[in-house]
Amino acid sequence: MEKEALDDLSQVIPSDRMYLDLAERYCYSYDASFGEYLPEIVIQPKNAEEISEVVKLANTHKIPVYPRGSGTSLSGGPLPVKGGMVLDMTLLRDKLIIDRENMLAIVSPGVITANIHKKAEDAGLFYPPDPSSSNVATIGGNLLENSSGPKGLKYGTTKEYVIGLEVVTPTGEIIRTGGKTVKNVTGYDLTRLIVGSEGTLGIVTEAIIRLIPKPQSKHTFVAHFNHLIDSGHAITSILSSGILPSAMELMDNACIRAVESYRPSGLPLQAEAILIIEIDGHPLAIEEEINKCADICRAEGASYVKIAETEEERQTIWSARKSVSPAITQMGPTKISEDATVPRSQIPAMMERLNQIREKYGLNLVVFGHAGDGNLHPNIITDKRNITEMKKVELAVSEIFEAAIELGGTLSGEHGIGTLKSPYMEMELGITGVNMMKKIKEAWDPNNIMNPGKIFPDKGQTRVVLVT
Amino acid sequence: MNLPVKPNETNAVAHNLYSDAYDWTNQCVKCGYCLPACPTYESMGVESASPRGRINLVKMAAEGKIDFQKDLAEPIDLCLGCRACETACPVGVPYGHILEAAKEAIENSPSANQKNKMNKIKKLALVHLFPYPKRMNRIGSAVQFYQKTGLSKIIRSSNVLQKVSPALAHLEQALPAIESSSKRIRTGTIMPAKGETKLKVAFFAGCIMDSMMSRINRLTIELLTIVGCEVILPENQNCCGALHSHQGEIKQAKALAKRNIQAFMQSDAEIIVNNAGGCGASLLEYGHLLADDHEWAGAARAFSEKSKDISQILHQLGPLPFTEEWQGIVSYQDSCHLRNVQKVQKEPRLLLQSIPGVSYVEMEGFDRCCASGGIYNLIHFNESMKILDEKMKNLKDTKATAVVTVNPGCQMQMSIGIQREGAANQIKSMHLVEILAKACGLD
Repeated sequence: MEKEALDDLSQVIPSDRMYLDLAERYCYSYDASFGEYLPEIVIQPKNAEEISEVVKLANTHKIPVYPRGSGTSLSGGPLPVKGGMVLDMTLLRDKLIIDRENMLAIVSPGVITANIHKKAEDAGLFYPPDPSSSNVATIGGNLLENSSGPKGLKYGTTKEYVIGLEVVTPTGEIIRTGGKTVKNVTGYDLTRLIVGSEGTLGIVTEAIIRLIPKPQSKHTFVAHFNHLIDSGHAITSILSSGILPSAMELMDNACIRAVESYRPSGLPLQAEAILIIEIDGHPLAIEEEINKCADICRAEGASYVKIAETEEERQTIWSARKSVSPAITQMGPTKISEDATVPRSQIPAMMERLNQIREKYGLNLVVFGHAGDGNLHPNIITDKRNITEMKKVELAVSEIFEAAIELGGTLSGEHGIGTLKSPYMEMELGITGVNMMKKIKEAWDPNNIMNPGKIFPDKGQTRVVLVT
Repeated sequence: MNLPVKPNETNAVAHNLYSDAYDWTNQCVKCGYCLPACPTYESMGVESASPRGRINLVKMAAEGKIDFQKDLAEPIDLCLGCRACETACPVGVPYGHILEAAKEAIENSPSANQKNKMNKIKKLALVHLFPYPKRMNRIGSAVQFYQKTGLSKIIRSSNVLQKVSPALAHLEQALPAIESSSKRIRTGTIMPAKGETKLKVAFFAGCIMDSMMSRINRLTIELLTIVGCEVILPENQNCCGALHSHQGEIKQAKALAKRNIQAFMQSDAEIIVNNAGGCGASLLEYGHLLADDHEWAGAARAFSEKSKDISQILHQLGPLPFTEEWQGIVSYQDSCHLRNVQKVQKEPRLLLQSIPGVSYVEMEGFDRCCASGGIYNLIHFNESMKILDEKMKNLKDTKATAVVTVNPGCQMQMSIGIQREGAANQIKSMHLVEILAKACGLD
């Protein structure tokens, strides 16, 4: 980093929150995805004013700026791919106000998402988006990546809950978008533009999020299917019966085997799929609904259905699903986790395509995910030191995306585009569609300093490159 | 994209770390689930003070990308070694092993002589003190003399220690009243069970426990005998070596382990009992420590399998014959090594709840390290006190009159915290054995 730029930054940020040493820089060189890029400097700002000053300097000196929460991103969102500075936002956590009357929360971006869940529940309210990293991830990271977790089916995704933001723009101004009202149609909806923008259009320094009443109770059951296609039909039959479960989770046979060999609990090794379905709402209503859903599963050919009678039984059902991640990492040190999403009616077709890809390349590919909203997580387990296999992984990943798009789906349901999916953007949006997005980016960020290297492919980049 | 490369062959230390720990570091998927569990990440707020950060730095060092002394030493040294991250890790990364391999590599790195080489006090204690029970006992006696003669009062009122080192001053005040050495039960003794003999156990006395807290050791043995244990105190046992492995002195740790294995395996005890969470964890890991030593691996594994915490035995053979009520609120601070390594959580709590009159209140953050961390509170005084002061807020909320631990370091650290809060009149820091013995009318 140039001395002049460094001197300028020292005027704005005290030295104990500015890191130039190699150890700390390496510590902010990764996230939970694949890839490692060394930043030139790491800064821990404390408030919007500091960030505004830092960004203004970065814009003058043309230094890339990479905002970052807890670094749980699976798509490379916060990776400093062009060097520059990482802004660790975790110190901005002073505000977590629950406004009961207006049913909303006002939060600083560094607040851990699970803390919002807890505070809202204490007030009898509910913040539904719940990525599996919610105990670690910051709300700022969640909403910029638009990561939502299993409840999207019934409650919608993160973007449905963000109604107002304070943002530092790429040129360093502090702006407000939206506000405290649920209805707001004044001008362009910049709030929605920024949520899910993966930090390319600005840095969120405060968010107003909508809360809803907490559901009174929940009921859960598990169903085993000998044929994957039957589980697909069960999903669509339930959804067309007028019942909207709060979660519908799917595990494929490879997943079942991995979990069973990791922590044996009597899962059916011959089953092609397991469905876990949860319903929440009024106790009397869900009693009737859960039985109806279970009947549908039986009618669609489920070989086994078990409704949890106690909280302990409910936890047992969920523990199989929660063991998936640890179980599959036993198969190899490198995990490429995707989140290709298809319309729910296409889930069986997508599963079939994933099967073919697994066979074709002979890879450890397992599939689980949020079946109710079509958000599947194909995971390839490999070892990045095995170059030959990694080359196969690159091809397989490309084919996964192609399959999702062909079936009318999308590249990402909740992980974001980041570095891993940018080469495929044109495949989904077309050249003109991507160009329209680029124009927005250029208007906001004329010097391309805000999280450069994400979402949009570099020139000539047509597929993911994991190893060189 | 950078790919892991084998380190430069000329860098022997990096090469050793590569072969010892590289595969372990690769198990980390960087999900960050360890972050909320880590007390130093919470208090320091930077990624290099988190388990994920430290694991990555070890990996970088093994790949030869960063320097052992300049880059790796400090982040590793600032780790408490509480291993709460292992409990939180969804994929089971063996953090403790990575940490020890890193410490050993840092100790042995070429530039170690100029900088950061184990400081003199640490070296004196580890190499010339802890391994020698007689020397430890002489110190114990000296401290007893110091306390009994009133010298301690003079020193305290003069505030001289505070000027030399606030850490030492704190520790001096936290030291328990040391019992006269005439009451100490000598090694080589066999104490018969009171009543029917249900179990033959060998007692691991420990170095600090034996010299500074011999009263707790004596009460431990008495409690064991009243629940039906014949208690053997094998001769020639010595320090468990925990502090040595935590400081990267693996060779010395191995030598101590072998001496203990030899001393204990000669007895026909079914179980080896200890009363200090840190020592217990170390004994439990002898199997791992000596796994590559063909001559000792089998015996080490057998030794580890027999090792149990006092709370497990008292719970198993209980109920205890209580004779006195304990009126008041009691809270329990987990010893990290008991909780996260030995996985003993419920037994101490059940024992406390079984004492007549006790109302037991769980403290917020009970599973959070108190930042005693072996000798962490001496070496990193300010960092340690930051974490401790947070804990004291939680303890105050319980309104407890006694906070109970199962480890001497934690017990003293709680005393220091209580002093800092000026709450010595309202709350006591006790070892589990002390409060149980009191309720059983022993003492």
